Amino acid sequence: MSKAAMLVVCAALWGVPAFAQVDFSGEWAPLYHEDGPERLPGPELGDYTELPINDAARLRADSWDADRISVVEQYQCRPHGSDYSMRGLGNMRVWREIDPATQRLVGFHTHMLAWDSERTLYMDGRPHPPEYANHTWQGFSTAVWEGTMLTVTTTHLKENYIRRNGVPRSDQAIVTEHWMRHGEYLTVVTVIDDPVFLTEPLVRSDNWYLDPGQHIGIFGCEHAPELPKAEGVVPHHLPGTNPYLHEISEWYGIPYEATRGGAETLYPEYRLKLNGYKAPPKCDRYCTCTTLFDCQLR
Amino acid sequence: MRLLTFAILLCGSAWAQEVRVFPVQGDVSMLVGPGGNITVQAGKEGMVVVDTQTAAAAPQVMAAIRKLSDMPIIWVINTSLDADHIGGNEALLRLGGSNEASLRARVVTHENVLNRLVAPAVAQARVSDAASINDTYFRSPKDFLFNGEAVMVYHMPAAHTDGDSIVLFRKSDVLSVGDIFTPDRYPVIDLTNGGSVQGLLDALNKILEMAVAGKYQEGGTFVIPGHGRLCDEADVVEFRDMVTIIRDRVQDMIKRGMTLEQVKAGKPSRDYDTQYSGSPDVFVESIYKSLTARKP
Repeated sequence: MSKAAMLVVCAALWGVPAFAQVDFSGEWAPLYHEDGPERLPGPELGDYTELPINDAARLRADSWDADRISVVEQYQCRPHGSDYSMRGLGNMRVWREIDPATQRLVGFHTHMLAWDSERTLYMDGRPHPPEYANHTWQGFSTAVWEGTMLTVTTTHLKENYIRRNGVPRSDQAIVTEHWMRHGEYLTVVTVIDDPVFLTEPLVRSDNWYLDPGQHIGIFGCEHAPELPKAEGVVPHHLPGTNPYLHEISEWYGIPYEATRGGAETLYPEYRLKLNGYKAPPKCDRYCTCTTLFDCQLR
Repeated sequence: MRLLTFAILLCGSAWAQEVRVFPVQGDVSMLVGPGGNITVQAGKEGMVVVDTQTAAAAPQVMAAIRKLSDMPIIWVINTSLDADHIGGNEALLRLGGSNEASLRARVVTHENVLNRLVAPAVAQARVSDAASINDTYFRSPKDFLFNGEAVMVYHMPAAHTDGDSIVLFRKSDVLSVGDIFTPDRYPVIDLTNGGSVQGLLDALNKILEMAVAGKYQEGGTFVIPGHGRLCDEADVVEFRDMVTIIRDRVQDMIKRGMTLEQVKAGKPSRDYDTQYSGSPDVFVESIYKSLTARKP
């Protein structure tokens, strides 16, 4: 093969990854078969199961009072963080940006139903902002291909929650996502590293199906005083006074200790410690919960 | 290997001393250095500088300021009497002020700052800081128009100290708030210099009242803290909530008759200690003493 021919072949191969890459563009509707009750009606108070949280996160969640969302006006229109918005109200539009000069993919854009949240997954090699830059609900995301899987790294997130019953996720967290497309299905595995509130990475997955007819409307939100209150009031439970923490244990027959979360409770070996545990005779709460419309309390 | 380690440490040290420029919004930028944050508004009339770090840092600060403008510094505003906010006044103006009498810089603080700096107990140590101040105010807000923008200086009584100021750059929509708000560390409630936990909360609530968030609680008014990253209203909310919740817990413990040592042993800030740097004991003690102090 002549040198010129080799150059042509090399040039062609150089462009191959662009054609081998997966296109995530489209309208995606969420599937809620995983963690349905947590993601649709919302998690039970005091449910920290499957979360590798530390003591600080546990007390923060114990102290959390849902009144805060109403009483503190700034919470009324506060969006989910980009890690959590993948789990709830997760109807999503994805479109890609192509550099017209090179025809190379420079990134994906996402638009979520929840709070009209938009995010760019930058793939042009730009660095993350400096540590003193402002943080946002969506954070700053860069992405690289690992075969046909897109791995996204997000920093500069504002403080938010990893479960919307008050379990916090700090603004120092780094979130890694692995996007995988299987035909008309999309799976995103999310790994949250949070040195402030987690003792080990939290791994979760969410799924979508392609829904070309989907229309995502405007979310819209306007904050306003809803209750008369003294200035500066922040609803919370003093340590040891939250009356709702045992509800989940009583309703589901789960030992209270297991509802408190922690890395140990994530693993199968933990079952050996649950002496005397007996599952309830029948399902009594959120027994069918795979869509927003069949997720009935009883 | 030792050489490599030394090189890494040297590079790290050099980076740590560097003062970085971060454009915020409108005509306002934030300078980030080892001594805290400086706010600069630059325009055709010159510059407003909020806080000056220390005299030792002045060359690095001036080098950073010169990346923004060659115009002289006309206004300096100090947000408190802390040495890391006021200590660079004289050195910075020597490097970046004007020799023309008509362009002589005005150095503004609340009068309580000057009063405390000239008090007999501190006058010897802080004489140059006191001498650098030439324009105090006592009626809040003090305001002036500069570079086509209203600059409004508000007194926050009895917060971090009793001489705290926050500065609103009205057109740029940026607040510079000094040590009333430090997003990654516990606030210092300087009881000796007139600070109080209720005053701190009042000041934080005032900042929240003044800030207007953008769509879905993001952006809008930017808030430059005394130390730490650039923030907006939502970040101030988290910080205000933290101070409020820990204050409420300490108040409850006091009501139950607990002594200072018992309160500290109860660790009422323990769910925030992994998030905020600084001494939890010092923070809790300042809240306790502030809540139990006799009203004058």
